[in-house]
Amino acid sequence: MSGDRSEDLVASPSQTVGPFFHFGLTTDATRGVMAMRGAPGEPVRLRVQVIDGAGEPVPDAMVELWQADARGQYGAAAQGSAGADRPFAGWGRLPTGGDGICEFTTIRPGVPATVDDAATAAHINVCLFMRGLLRHLFTRVYFAGDPALDADPVLALVPAERRETLVAQPAGDGVWMFVIHLQGDRETAFFDE
Amino acid sequence: MTKGQAMHDNPLRGSQPPLLHPDYRSTVLRAPMRPLIQLPASLSDVSQPVYGHLGVSAADADLTRHGPSGEPLGERIVVAGRVVDEDGRAVPGALVEVWQANAAGRYIHARDRHPAPLDPNFIGAGRCETDAEGRYRFTTIKPGAYPWRNHENAWRPAHIHFSIFGTNFLTRLVTQMYFPGDPLMAHDPILLGVPDERARRRLVSAFDFSLTTPEWALGYRFDIVVRGPGSTPFEGRT
Ligand SMILES: [Fe+3]
Repeated sequence: MSGDRSEDLVASPSQTVGPFFHFGLTTDATRGVMAMRGAPGEPVRLRVQVIDGAGEPVPDAMVELWQADARGQYGAAAQGSAGADRPFAGWGRLPTGGDGICEFTTIRPGVPATVDDAATAAHINVCLFMRGLLRHLFTRVYFAGDPALDADPVLALVPAERRETLVAQPAGDGVWMFVIHLQGDRETAFFDE
Repeated sequence: MTKGQAMHDNPLRGSQPPLLHPDYRSTVLRAPMRPLIQLPASLSDVSQPVYGHLGVSAADADLTRHGPSGEPLGERIVVAGRVVDEDGRAVPGALVEVWQANAAGRYIHARDRHPAPLDPNFIGAGRCETDAEGRYRFTTIKPGAYPWRNHENAWRPAHIHFSIFGTNFLTRLVTQMYFPGDPLMAHDPILLGVPDERARRRLVSAFDFSLTTPEWALGYRFDIVVRGPGSTPFEGRT
C-alpha cells in the first residue's frame, strides 16, 4: 500500500498475548463448541496440537477457528457461541492444555457450488496466539482424502513438500488431528494475509 | 538508502514486530523459520464476516466492580479510545477484551509466581463492544510493573493487554497499552520488538484531562487502528 499514508492511520503494532491471557480471553469453554448436535453438516471433532521448535507441546497457546457453514457460507450463522437457538457458530476459541492440545466440536465446512469456487477444497481457518509470538499466525486445516485438495488454489501456493502440513488426519470416531509445528522439518505452512 | 530513511519514508515499515526477536527469548523456539506464504486478497478468507459478539454487558467494562467484597486497591483510571481502520473509518461492534495485573503487578492467573500480593477484589479482566463511532471505555485501576524471567532483572513496564476483534479477521489484533513516562519502556524487549519508534509511541496511551472523572478517576486515551479492506499483509510491515 502507499507509503504516503498518515502514520496515525497505520495498523497499531501487534504485541504478544503473553502467558497470562486465560482469565481474560478463554474463560468460556463453550467457545470450543461451534456446532451443536443436529447442526447441518458432517460432525467433526478437530483436535489441534501445537509443538514448538524443541519438539515440546505448547501448553499456553490460544487457537481461534473460523469457518464456513455446511453450505459454504461465512458469517450467516456466526453470531457468538453456538446455542439452542443457533446450532452453528462460525467462530471458536480455546486454549491449549498441558499436552499442547485443544479440541473443537464443529462440522466439516461446505464449499459453495459456484463455478468460481469449484476448485476450492473444504478448509477451516486457524489464527494462533501465544507467548513468544509478537504477531499472531494464520494457517488452514484441510481434510485428508478430499479429492478437491489437488485443485485447491491456496494449497497450490504452498511448496508441494509442505502441503501435508495443512492436512488434518482422521483419528477415528469423528476426530481429526491437526498438528501445528512451529519450526523444524515439519514446520507448518503459515500465511500472510 | 539506509534502513532509517526507508522507515521514515513509509510509515508501514517497522510498524509491526518481526516473528523472530531473540531479545524476547520465547520467540526463539516459537517463531516460524520459513517465510510466510503470501495469499492474494482474492484467495484470502480474512475479510469473511465473523460478526456478533453476544453476552457483553455494561458491567463487564468496569473492572473495579468485579470484586466480591468491595473495590480493588490502586489508582482508579478510565481507559477509553476509538477503534478505526486504516481508512479512518470507525469500527462499530468490535469486541474489545482487556486483561491486566493488579496495582501490585500481580496477575490472578494461577501460573503467575511473582511474590506480590493478590487483591481479592481485583480480577483484572474486562470487555466491551465499540459503539457506532468505534468508541470503547473501561474503568479499571492502574496496573503495576512486574518482573519476568526473560533476562537478568527483567521488568515489564505497566501495561494493559488488549484484544480487538471487529467484523472479520482482517481486524484481529492483540496488543498492549503502555503508560506515558514509564522508564521501563526503554528496556522492554516486547515493546522494543516493534522496530519503528513512531509505531511504538502509538502503543503508549496519552493522559487526557477530558477523560478524567473529577474527584474519582484519572483518564488515559488509547486509540487503536486495525487493518482495513485491501490492506498490506503483516510481513510487508516488519
Ligand atoms: Fe502482561
